[in-house]
Amino acid sequence: MSDSHVYTPYHPRWLRRRVSTYWWLEKWSYFRFILREGSCLFVAWFVLYLLLLVNAVRQGPDSYTRILEWSAEPWVLGLNVVSFLFVVFHAVTFFDAAPQALVVHIGRTRVPGRLVMAAHYAAWALASVLIAWLIVGA
Amino acid sequence: MIKQHPEPSLWLLFSAGGVLSAMLMPILLLLFGVAFPFGWVAAPSHAHMVALLGNPLTRVVLFALSMLSLFHWAHRFRYTLYDGLQIKHLNEVIAALTYGVAVVGSVVAGYILWRIP
Amino acid sequence: MADHITLQVARYRPEQQSDITFDEYEVPCPKEWVVLDGLNHIKDRLDGTLSYRWSCRMGICGSCGMNVNGEPKLTCATFLADYAPGPIRVEPLPNFPLIRDLIVDIGDFMQKLVRVKPWIVRQTEKPLSEGEYRQTPEELDEYKQFSMCINCMLCYAACPIYGLDPKFLGPAAIALAQRYNLDNRDEGASARMEVLSEHEGIWGCTFVGECTKVCPKNVDPAGAIQRYKLTAALESMKAFFMPRGS
Repeated sequence: MSDSHVYTPYHPRWLRRRVSTYWWLEKWSYFRFILREGSCLFVAWFVLYLLLLVNAVRQGPDSYTRILEWSAEPWVLGLNVVSFLFVVFHAVTFFDAAPQALVVHIGRTRVPGRLVMAAHYAAWALASVLIAWLIVGA
Repeated sequence: MIKQHPEPSLWLLFSAGGVLSAMLMPILLLLFGVAFPFGWVAAPSHAHMVALLGNPLTRVVLFALSMLSLFHWAHRFRYTLYDGLQIKHLNEVIAALTYGVAVVGSVVAGYILWRIP
Repeated sequence: MADHITLQVARYRPEQQSDITFDEYEVPCPKEWVVLDGLNHIKDRLDGTLSYRWSCRMGICGSCGMNVNGEPKLTCATFLADYAPGPIRVEPLPNFPLIRDLIVDIGDFMQKLVRVKPWIVRQTEKPLSEGEYRQTPEELDEYKQFSMCINCMLCYAACPIYGLDPKFLGPAAIALAQRYNLDNRDEGASARMEVLSEHEGIWGCTFVGECTKVCPKNVDPAGAIQRYKLTAALESMKAFFMPRGS
């Protein structure tokens, strides 16, 4: 850094405005960002729910039946419907962002971003069909 | 010599958890959380579930899903509290709590999935 | 269609006031006029005390960035007619200290830019007798997008992380680091990694994506940052598992 110029970061007459704690309510795109981040809460909830399910299966047919009935209770059902919507939102926003982070080259040609995104969606569809078939189909 | 930060590994865990949860959670949640309780599809029998869980591959996948999803949540939630609510002074506490919960949750998941039988 | 439009312009005269106030001006609104034309009209005909930065008036110098109706824009590229019937609120770019009226201080960015070494770094320079560095069009395409940055600071104004933590390196600085990291003539990737890998470097970014949205030159700084996160994370794994190798 040259000595002739001194940069004063906190000049007394320059106005510095503090960012509000509710900055994320000021613009729709900021709010959408916080919603996307908030989807992680529902991801964590599903891990808990999954472990409860697995545990119930392990404990026997009665526990399994009871957890299926518990899942049909209004508040659990409501929570899971909301969770489902948020988890789908998470998946869509994650796959849409994937091409920006994942730049793939085959030899010297760059794979177009749309293909990277399509590959994610295709894998998602495949995995979903496979899991559904394993659980209800077979 | 680059100083080793934990950030890169935590970010990798976050990303892996994001991908895995995005791929597997929607269908599982749709079936067990929505379709079966609403009665759109008949829930599988207990015997079928036992058979599915008996497969070691299922348990590995479910463990990976649980562990990585928990780290995904921990990382994202930690940054959301830091940025969204500007709780900067509690940064270390929040990091310890979120990743701590992820570690504990992973251990619990491992126990539930693999305790005998 | 109305031939005049109201501009609500932020004023800050530090010797007279302690916070921003707004002055209203009626400016003509021909269909080809941009906000900058409106500001120039105010300064020429209505109120010569208005202070703001501008230069090329064609979207290449990066001087005229301001908030127009809450969104960071280049005022030379924002048409008044698009906001008819108005009024249009013109404010200084947020997240920067305000010097006067619509002029903000971007010294912080200038310091950060130097830190990421935005020039070709080589272990040994090729002597002139060996000729020029050759680069194919594909090799150019690798970094070309990130070279389009005009340092207009709209991305910093849009980034909530920078607003919350001014120590954050920021979108443009990281995108410019990537412009050189991905240039095949450059050998400075490891030299830049230390600065980029700090907590206020790439890891402060949570991929809000606003920077890419407001960028007038389609640089996609958010993409540059996420891409570098992957690179840095994989490098970190390699360094951990193979400390002496690779």
